Amino acid sequence: MTDTTSELGTGVPRREGRDKVTGAARYAAEFAPPGRLYAWPVPAIVAAGSVRSVDAAAALALPGVVDVLTARNTAPRAPADDPTLNVLQDDDVPHRGWFVALVVAETLEAARAGAQAVRVHYDTRPHDVTLTRDHRERYVPEEANGGHPAVRERGDAPGAFDAAPIRVDAAYDVPPLHNHPMEPHAATASWEDGHLTVHDSSQGSTAVRAALAQIFGLAEDRITVTSAHVGGGFGSKGTPRPHVVLAALAARHTGRPVTLALPRRDLPAAVGHRAPTLHRVRLGADPDGILLSVEHTALTHTSRIKEFVEQAAVPARVMYGSPHSSTVHEVVPLDVASPSWMRAPGEAPGMYALESAMDELAERTGLDPVELRVLNDPADEPDSGRPFSSRHLVECLREGARRFGWEERDPRPGVRRDGPRLTGTGVAAATYPVLVSPCRATATALPGGDYLVRVNATDIGTGARTVLGQIAADALGAPGDRVRVEIGDSDLPPAPLAGGSSGTASWGWAVHEACATLAGRLAGDPELPPEGLTAEADTAEAVEAGSPYARHAFGAHFAEVSVDTDTGEVRVVRAYGHFAAGRILNARTARSQFLGGMVMGIGMALTEQSTLDPAFGGFAERDLAAYHVPVSADIPAPPAIEAGWLDEADPHLNPVGGKGIGEIGIVGMAAAVGNAAHHATGVRFRSLPLTPDKVRAALAGVV
Amino acid sequence: MSAGVLGSLEAGHTSSLRLRVNGEWYELSLDNRVALLDVLREGLGLTGSKKGCDHGQCGACTVLVDGRRVNSCLLLAVALDGARVTTVEGLGEGDGLHPVQEAFLDRDAFQCGYCTPGQICSTVGVLEEAAQGYPSAATDPDHPAGEPVPLTGDEIRERLSGNLCRCGAYPNIVDAVRDLS
Ligand code: FES
Ligand code: FES
Repeated sequence: MTDTTSELGTGVPRREGRDKVTGAARYAAEFAPPGRLYAWPVPAIVAAGSVRSVDAAAALALPGVVDVLTARNTAPRAPADDPTLNVLQDDDVPHRGWFVALVVAETLEAARAGAQAVRVHYDTRPHDVTLTRDHRERYVPEEANGGHPAVRERGDAPGAFDAAPIRVDAAYDVPPLHNHPMEPHAATASWEDGHLTVHDSSQGSTAVRAALAQIFGLAEDRITVTSAHVGGGFGSKGTPRPHVVLAALAARHTGRPVTLALPRRDLPAAVGHRAPTLHRVRLGADPDGILLSVEHTALTHTSRIKEFVEQAAVPARVMYGSPHSSTVHEVVPLDVASPSWMRAPGEAPGMYALESAMDELAERTGLDPVELRVLNDPADEPDSGRPFSSRHLVECLREGARRFGWEERDPRPGVRRDGPRLTGTGVAAATYPVLVSPCRATATALPGGDYLVRVNATDIGTGARTVLGQIAADALGAPGDRVRVEIGDSDLPPAPLAGGSSGTASWGWAVHEACATLAGRLAGDPELPPEGLTAEADTAEAVEAGSPYARHAFGAHFAEVSVDTDTGEVRVVRAYGHFAAGRILNARTARSQFLGGMVMGIGMALTEQSTLDPAFGGFAERDLAAYHVPVSADIPAPPAIEAGWLDEADPHLNPVGGKGIGEIGIVGMAAAVGNAAHHATGVRFRSLPLTPDKVRAALAGVV
Repeated sequence: MSAGVLGSLEAGHTSSLRLRVNGEWYELSLDNRVALLDVLREGLGLTGSKKGCDHGQCGACTVLVDGRRVNSCLLLAVALDGARVTTVEGLGEGDGLHPVQEAFLDRDAFQCGYCTPGQICSTVGVLEEAAQGYPSAATDPDHPAGEPVPLTGDEIRERLSGNLCRCGAYPNIVDAVRDLS
């Protein structure tokens, strides 16, 4: 072994970078096994009901159409644990956009034309897609997403609120949001000698393999799922999705390989969304700004086939100390598509509400918003009473304020005018839990001095290959270019998904263990067998042992906005995020991820929303012209946007010391922008996104 | 081109044409419905150009046709007889990278990489448009016509706003393009 200075923490360039800039990186729809067919889905066009009949004659008559698959003509499959995967299993139409048929054809053009030509007859039933605060089907579930209890009470929060000298009682709305990764969900499936091979656009192919095994009644060793390059996911590819089931089904049905790339307009109903959340936050404080009571109730929707409850009141259990607290989730089942994970589920909408309310409290108490947060920074996790493994929110606020230039801020709202434009600045805190899952990995020393690390991690754009190579090289004491990394294939040692900001911690832990064990065995420079010397690691026991500590990443977001009082347009002119997320393992890719989260947060604040159509069901915004993902012009150019972090050494995490960075970048951004809009105009906006129509209406007659 | 793209269509539903893609001429017989993007990806196996929306709304499919950037998902291939097409695969010389590709690598101007070929082709187009003095919405109205337009941050953000990046790599993309201008 060569002694090297560790590259861990430095900005090592992405291993697959060259493939991505040359177009050589292949994504799921870009595998072309011989004889491949193309599939195109037929989504239901009724809001709720059932399929009475499918008339495929016109489609089948088109040149190039090979078959039309429906619930009636496909071989039975086992029901999946996840009901959203039970496509073409029965006639039920739980929501608009549910797939009711699949056309398979020789060409994309024929498949598309075939899907147009399929006539589906439905029996409809009355539907309801509208979430209201007093909906009569509202109930309190057992749990919210992530296994959090739906209700937590400490002390007498309503009583303490009533008695508090300073009170904030405010309602906030966050609309449905869509992940819309740039690569639509796609899979290429083929069956050969009873073995199913699928190239899938997924955040974790180990789980996809398990789902396919269940549905098709196969042993897992007869299935291989690869996800070598994935064009983003942001949670929407975190669980197996219907496209992969349909591709495998169509390939089995036709006996030929099949690619199904979902049309963009079918994604909103098929691959999850962030459910809308209607919040009520009540904060009671003493005149010095010390919180006496924190109440957060989050009402959301779910589908009729699956209970998914956005855990939006959970961050209030972590953030601020108070003797009394109540955090409650409520949910209404509607005739809507099943909601699911979108970047920082729970934290992103929940912190929008809580951090907006904190800004209102700062105004009410006359305290600086940074100081108010510092004042209420707890020693232990408020809800559990457990000590934090590390908590550097105050340092993030202070250092972020310094870099942003917060100290020059004039607290008065609505006074910085330049022609029709008003400017203002805002701050919000961020938090995201440290999650980690069991993982296996192997490390092999090969004759000739190279090493091979194998783990079924997935690189959805985070730079997983690169950082795992760094972790391995560090543990082996070897130069990074001697370490080969194999990921993205379910034949590799099983691994959890790239999600919950847990990928690097989970995979890295196993890689570190395998490499450390290998390094130990290589200590005496033994003769290597021709196949090399391999060490294995399985972190299940260590991970499941858990921790007595409350473990979370923290951060602080700052924004400056300019509000056009004529048009109602809000522009972010500056944004800064400072984060405490444990050890940062790759400065280059970490910065990109933090900034990427902030960009998505600006979208959440200003442009992104989906609307459920009360008359016809389904989402009204079904393409990228209607759903406004932020564009380059919406985002300030560096250095007006920047992300930074502090070096946080937390010994209570995992051997690599990272807390996860994929999600915290979005968490406080929307509240910071909203608070800045208030500082600019003096008007409170409590409903996202801050689109010109809303802003202009709110400003009318005020400024 | 392969029968896969042609399918089993009757005469009258197909057309013959020539396309020069990345320096090579192809004689093609195509289904009249085929978009340039699908000719590249499905017919020629040039999967570097990406399909993000198929509707001209995301820019992932951006390629250069006769030197100008276009959304290839919106162009019917049959209307392009004789055109010169350059995709991300055709930008570099041999094994070497094009300067725009180098700049994107240097600045970590991508994450998942799915928008990246489109961003890169779009940038190649932007550099040429600015050099030729084409104004954008961000250009000073008093800028002399036909004079090269300096690519400021605002110019880059405006001109590249047809290329969505859900990973939010915009800050690094802007820096990459600044490095080139
Ligand atoms: S795929 Fe052509 S613009 Fe989106
Ligand atoms: S790099 Fe992922 S969409 Fe741009």
